[in-house]
Amino acid sequence: MIPTILMAAPVANDWITLDFVSLGQNFWSATFDGLTFGSIYALVALGYTLVYGVLNLINFAHSEVFIMGCYAVFFTLSFLGFGPSAPNLGIGQIVVNLLLALLAAIVASALTAFLLERLAYKPLRKRNAPRLVFLITAIGASFTIQYLIFLWRGPVPEQALTMFQTKPIFEVFGTIIYSDQILIVTAAVIMMVVTERFISKSRTGRGIRAVAQDPDTATLMGVNKEKIIITTFVIGGILAGAAALFYVMKIPSGVVYNGGFILGIKAFAAAVLGGIGNVRGALLGGLLLGLIGNYGQILLGNSQWTDVVAFLVLVLVLLFRPEGILGTSLGRSKA
Amino acid sequence: MSMFDGPKPLDTAKSDQANAKMESSGVPPGSSAAVPRPNRKFGRWSDCWREMPRQKQWLILIPIVIVAFLLPVVNPPFITTEPGNDWPLACQLMAIYALVAVGLNIVIGYAGLLDLGYIAFFAVGSYTAAMLTSPDSAFIKIPYLWTLPVAIAVSMFVGVLLGLPTLRLRGDYLAIVTLGFGEIVRILATIIPAMKGQPGFQNVGHPPGVGADGIPIFANSNGTPWYWLTLSILIIMLFLVGNMERSRVGRAWIAIREDEDAAETMGVPTFKYKVWAFALGAGVGGLAGALMGGQVGFVNNQKFDVVTSILFVAAVVLGGSGNKVGAILGGALVAYIPLRFTAIAEYKFLIFGLALVLIMIYRSQGLVPAKQRLLAYGTKAYAAVRRQNAENARRPGTPDGSSGSGTPPTTPVPNAEGSAS
Repeated sequence: MIPTILMAAPVANDWITLDFVSLGQNFWSATFDGLTFGSIYALVALGYTLVYGVLNLINFAHSEVFIMGCYAVFFTLSFLGFGPSAPNLGIGQIVVNLLLALLAAIVASALTAFLLERLAYKPLRKRNAPRLVFLITAIGASFTIQYLIFLWRGPVPEQALTMFQTKPIFEVFGTIIYSDQILIVTAAVIMMVVTERFISKSRTGRGIRAVAQDPDTATLMGVNKEKIIITTFVIGGILAGAAALFYVMKIPSGVVYNGGFILGIKAFAAAVLGGIGNVRGALLGGLLLGLIGNYGQILLGNSQWTDVVAFLVLVLVLLFRPEGILGTSLGRSKA
Repeated sequence: MSMFDGPKPLDTAKSDQANAKMESSGVPPGSSAAVPRPNRKFGRWSDCWREMPRQKQWLILIPIVIVAFLLPVVNPPFITTEPGNDWPLACQLMAIYALVAVGLNIVIGYAGLLDLGYIAFFAVGSYTAAMLTSPDSAFIKIPYLWTLPVAIAVSMFVGVLLGLPTLRLRGDYLAIVTLGFGEIVRILATIIPAMKGQPGFQNVGHPPGVGADGIPIFANSNGTPWYWLTLSILIIMLFLVGNMERSRVGRAWIAIREDEDAAETMGVPTFKYKVWAFALGAGVGGLAGALMGGQVGFVNNQKFDVVTSILFVAAVVLGGSGNKVGAILGGALVAYIPLRFTAIAEYKFLIFGLALVLIMIYRSQGLVPAKQRLLAYGTKAYAAVRRQNAENARRPGTPDGSSGSGTPPTTPVPNAEGSAS
């Protein structure tokens, strides 16, 4: 059986294949692409992880925090005159434009996260609502934002914008690595390291960990819980904004009202895979999920399988190791 | 299992019951269901209702059921969705949504598990009906009505399959896994050739019977017979779910919803009952899906998007989670409002999404709140309370609440197990 599968060339209308040949051929390009997507997942996953660590809440609306960032990137770049074809700009100009877009995305996402916390979650916390109420509010908020965007922009994805011409930088294992891959992975890893340092070293970070560990005791020790919670949401928003820029860079046609939905589920799966509530776990989980998704897609022969594979990973992790790979919670992570 | 060991005389049962907080339905702890609270309209109604003897309840119920059956025929002005939407078909959609809400209410309202991918079970039911009856599918064909139990069985199986890995964990994971699953079913329907993706299945079967003019009674455009079928099934389901709610299973669900750890400590096998709740909910969803598939006559991958799932959740939450009557009302409203007020139909997702948030913030118990009450011997207990009250009224000055037969005491509540009417 297996040799025939290995030999068989993929037939176009096969809905599922076990195409090891093609996986072997494209292994390295799938790896580098997977790492690129993985870093985007990881940035979004951090938002889930931080909020989950502090509030024990799956913030379903985080995918909308992310998509608001995508819209901010789109509008900024349109305003700056970017179009479907790559602009002929110097490197300095590109950097300035991208930084502007990044800034806009971060502001939009952080603002969305802030408003979300203030308008939806804070009233519930005041009344000490049960978990189910929080979850339903979260999904309702996610839905509301999604359809506000839908009413505003309609069901059609926004025009694809190319930020710069991707250039081959160097070659590893016979595979060319492009400038955008380098940029995204490097920037994402830097952001995650900064976040990690911030949470483990800074005073606010210590407050976040304290609230995650025991909100009541933290309050008694003089930590301003409300301030910590809002900071956590804003940090999640900032990282989601950065993820939004990279996402639009990678998938220019992805700016659509429900574009955050699947990405949100994948990012959550990544957070669970690495160990929810764990900052390093989010990075590891994101990168792993990016790789698994890309390998699975090539192996099974249809790009739609990435979503299914990510979902299966989530279920399998929950089945066999629900605490995730790294497993420790935000509160117990070492300084 | 001491708490759930079958019949007990009321007075000993009373002492077994703990004083649980009804956080999720917003009833403040310490308020007794047996003492009517005059400032709450629905509460007063449901208290009246519960204190009635069975015969009197039937006397009121039967006309309501008759009116419900006559609904598509009389086409009441102001309420009707015409012109714009066919009224019998609108009734059918309302009945389907009500059925869905009753099923989802088992999962969300009783067991307190958030299922955000309920549409997946609906889809499984629809596809089961379609693949077993439509000429487009390669499977064996069976009569349409037989697909209903098959659809229930298949979706229950899928429910168990999905529940087993996730229900051992805290409820939050279930929410995200079901949300993902709702999307996965749609993707699978797209990429698996046997499920035919967008072309889908035409001419899904329908119940037998041909009218005088040679047109099948259960034609796709003929809403009335479909509505009657769905309503009958809904009523049967209400009986089953009501009995389930009053049984040991129902009490276990509510115990799990209120405090899972405490329930586990008291000997409730929480995992088992959570899987049961999830599977039964899935079964009802599958049934509703099969009915929908038969009525529309066409099943493809475009109808089962996750947003509809959120509408279902909105239906349960709007009506009052944990309350069958509320679920029916919520389901019917969610189907009815976009059909009746076509001007706002475009905004329905926004409206119901916003409604979810606002309800949770301002009235988390929904339109018809579930109340804690004695479940096991409800009617008898309330009769006893009434008798006692009458006696106390005759003999003023007698301290009530200590005479041991389910009297509403002045001390905090004796009745902890239940909710829902």
